[in-house]
Amino acid sequence: MTKDELKEHITQFQPKAVFEETGEWLNVQVETGDWKPVAHWLRNGVLQMDYLFCLTCIHWPTAGKTPAAGNTADEGSGGIFMMVYHFTSTVFRHVLVVKVKLTSDHPEIETVSDIWRTAEFHEREVFDLFGVRFLHHPDLRRLVLTDDFEGHPLRKDFEDPVNMIKL
Amino acid sequence: MFSLETITNSIQQWLYSTFNPTMALILECAIVMLLVIGLFAVLGLVLVLMERKVAARMQIRLGPNRVGPRGMLQTAADTLKLMMKEGLTPDGADKFLFNLAPFIVMIAAMLIMAPIAFAKGFQIWDINIGVLYVSAVSSVSVIGILMAGWASNNKYSLLGAMRSGAQIVSYELSAGLSIISIVVLAGSLQVSDIIASQQTGWWLFRGHIPALIAFVIFIIAVTAETNRAPFDLAEAESELTAGFHTEYSGMRFALFFLAEYINIFIVCAIGATLFLGGWMPLHIGNWDDFNRIMDYIPSSLWFLGKTFCLIFLIMWFRWTFPRLRVDQLLSLEWKYLLPISMFNLLLITLIAIMGWHF
Amino acid sequence: MYRETQILNSNTIAPTTARDLAMDEAGAGLVINVGPQHPATHGVLHLVITLEGETIKKIEPHLGYIHRSIEKMCESLSYRQFIYVTSRMDYLSAHINNHGCVLCVEKGLQLEIPPRAQVIRVLMDELTRIASHELWWGAMAMDLGAFTPFFYAFRERETINDIMEETCGTRLTMNYMVPGGVMYDIHPNFQRRVKDFIQLFNSKIDEYDDLVTGNIIFQNRTKGIGVLSREDAISFGCTGPVGRASGVACDIRKLYPYEVYDKVNFDEIIETAGDSYARYLVRIKELRQSVRIIEQLIDNIPEGDFQAKTKAVLKLPKGEFYSRVETARGELGVYIVSEGGTTPYRIKFRSPGFSNLSALDHMSRGCKIGDLMAIMGTLDLVIPDIDR
Repeated sequence: MTKDELKEHITQFQPKAVFEETGEWLNVQVETGDWKPVAHWLRNGVLQMDYLFCLTCIHWPTAGKTPAAGNTADEGSGGIFMMVYHFTSTVFRHVLVVKVKLTSDHPEIETVSDIWRTAEFHEREVFDLFGVRFLHHPDLRRLVLTDDFEGHPLRKDFEDPVNMIKL
Repeated sequence: MFSLETITNSIQQWLYSTFNPTMALILECAIVMLLVIGLFAVLGLVLVLMERKVAARMQIRLGPNRVGPRGMLQTAADTLKLMMKEGLTPDGADKFLFNLAPFIVMIAAMLIMAPIAFAKGFQIWDINIGVLYVSAVSSVSVIGILMAGWASNNKYSLLGAMRSGAQIVSYELSAGLSIISIVVLAGSLQVSDIIASQQTGWWLFRGHIPALIAFVIFIIAVTAETNRAPFDLAEAESELTAGFHTEYSGMRFALFFLAEYINIFIVCAIGATLFLGGWMPLHIGNWDDFNRIMDYIPSSLWFLGKTFCLIFLIMWFRWTFPRLRVDQLLSLEWKYLLPISMFNLLLITLIAIMGWHF
Repeated sequence: MYRETQILNSNTIAPTTARDLAMDEAGAGLVINVGPQHPATHGVLHLVITLEGETIKKIEPHLGYIHRSIEKMCESLSYRQFIYVTSRMDYLSAHINNHGCVLCVEKGLQLEIPPRAQVIRVLMDELTRIASHELWWGAMAMDLGAFTPFFYAFRERETINDIMEETCGTRLTMNYMVPGGVMYDIHPNFQRRVKDFIQLFNSKIDEYDDLVTGNIIFQNRTKGIGVLSREDAISFGCTGPVGRASGVACDIRKLYPYEVYDKVNFDEIIETAGDSYARYLVRIKELRQSVRIIEQLIDNIPEGDFQAKTKAVLKLPKGEFYSRVETARGELGVYIVSEGGTTPYRIKFRSPGFSNLSALDHMSRGCKIGDLMAIMGTLDLVIPDIDR
């Protein structure tokens, strides 16, 4: 499917979706609340996005100075977390990037580990390194760091005076 | 001709003529004990070196070649190292059983030495139920292994010991049935009688195909009984780190290690005695000249040669095969080897009764 | 909702006393630790396994023993520097990791790569793939209790390492790829030695089959063990030989060809059984395909530059860039978010081992401990790749 066809399908299902087409693949931004139904539809609907090949998060501590984050609304003072999901379909071979914006104050989002099982580990990793909470995740614990570790290292405002050298 | 028999006889005569009979017997026992312990040490060193060299050859390596000429002193150096090492005892271990286990394994191995005929007339104890004695005593070592696994208070050890128990108990059946096949043919349990019955030819050849089957089953079963690859589940390195001897170190570990090699030697010696005529030279029918030349080779060399051939075979298995899984191991025994060897025993009995063997 | 974190050191590591646990928690199963130091995990993977007898009820991987937070480190390294850190992720296919990174940077810079560099990169990738699969073959056989194959595998792998050493200067973490091409031109001996190697290697693959593939014990240990269905493989994001053994066409070299992969002939090996034996077969057959690729390219290295002209300090335009390459273990994704500066704003490595590992629990439930070694062996886990 071409980008335009993808766009058409997505707009039909989710008229509020915001598109961005500068990159290699079609980017879609959806609201946090809409995410779970959209995820279900992506997997089971016409697009057949059965393969979630990358799940990650980006932290923008100073939202407002970051047009790349596509921020239009007024975020909290702590900036935003951008969840990025890369999907592809093993049937149609089209790639879609879905972004969900979370506020730094309450980084919470519905898990998709029940739809794509690979998400279980990836979400644990994001929880570990960014502190994003995945609601209804079956086993949300730290994955790589020790359980008593303080802070989330991949956040931009993470400070570790011992192990990090300021360049 | 040079023979060990004359030496032992003259020592015995000298002892009995010099001391009173009780004293002579005690001295004899002492000499035999020293000899057995010496043999243990030498065998351990030689077999470990042999294993390493054989493994190296099969793995396109050179093997030990630095300590001593062609690396011959390598194992001696290793033994020295193991003696110097601290023998750790884990905190939660059952200390008494933990320390006892290696000795039980070792003593069981030592006991089996008794009825083995190393050369013509060179045998510690020619007991009239020799073969039965061997199969009975060899079962004792499993107790030592279970003890080691339990007392270590380590889960790997426990799993290894349980595996080992199941394995040794199962494979003893096949090994026993194979031994009985030869007993049926030879008509005696006494080791010297069995060897004497092979004067005209080894049972491996005289017993037709059933004897060959019994031999193959025997080799498989004893490989399993000595916990050697491909049946080394008790110490399966990649699964249980080191199985039942995970927690052992220093000389206690060395005792397990040594006992493993002594056990290999013993089972191969038994195999050589039962199927390959023990110290009996290779005789072929009525080729008198050939037979006479064979007789010139000392009987001890015959025995050791046969035994080491079998040992090489078992080492060959170890360095070529992957390991079996535990359920496959047991189904191999109970579903295949045991029925086959039972049926085979029937055939051999028939052959023995009808006198069909050569 | 979500479970608050437990203290790892006290709660989740299995107690080591066997007797107490075996008696106290009868019915709850025996919990054993495999790793972080264990002969079968080839690194510092820690699996907490709940057993019932010898049957596995549950496996819980504990990661992080070699976590270096490479993604965080990369945020303070320039676009030339961060590539070298990635050699330390999947150290067995260091070239291919570097390749993924340079592709991503080049995508951002919109660089045109000289054809000579493209061919050299692909040649190096395939040599790395062979070396990686060799090590896997030896190590997997060793997991199953056969020690000898390990040495056979290393004999040929050594030749590759020598070739690498001659051209790249190092044997394991090559750091040979730079944005715009490769760091040096190939060594004058390169072509001759690669051809010698290919000639030698063709006969050796048959030897591998003789030694392991046809072995009845080996087949019994791997056939039907750790079955991963096609749907599960996709859902778990399993790629590389693991995915292909389950019938998923996931070879990035075929699906999204990069460099000269669309100009060479090779087959994507797909098996459908999804068990350990299928994964084994896929990798063994891939060895032959890699040889095929090298054979087509080794005599056809175009003349010309080995490196495009680039600025001393690279600056990626603002935006997001994603590149995908096929490492020996599966799909490696490099995701760079740039703010227009000299360092990446955020970088994410989607490593193949991470997703493949997540399927381990699903695959090995109900298997024996011995099967776990076969499954882990055929998953071909490289722990620094998982932890990053």
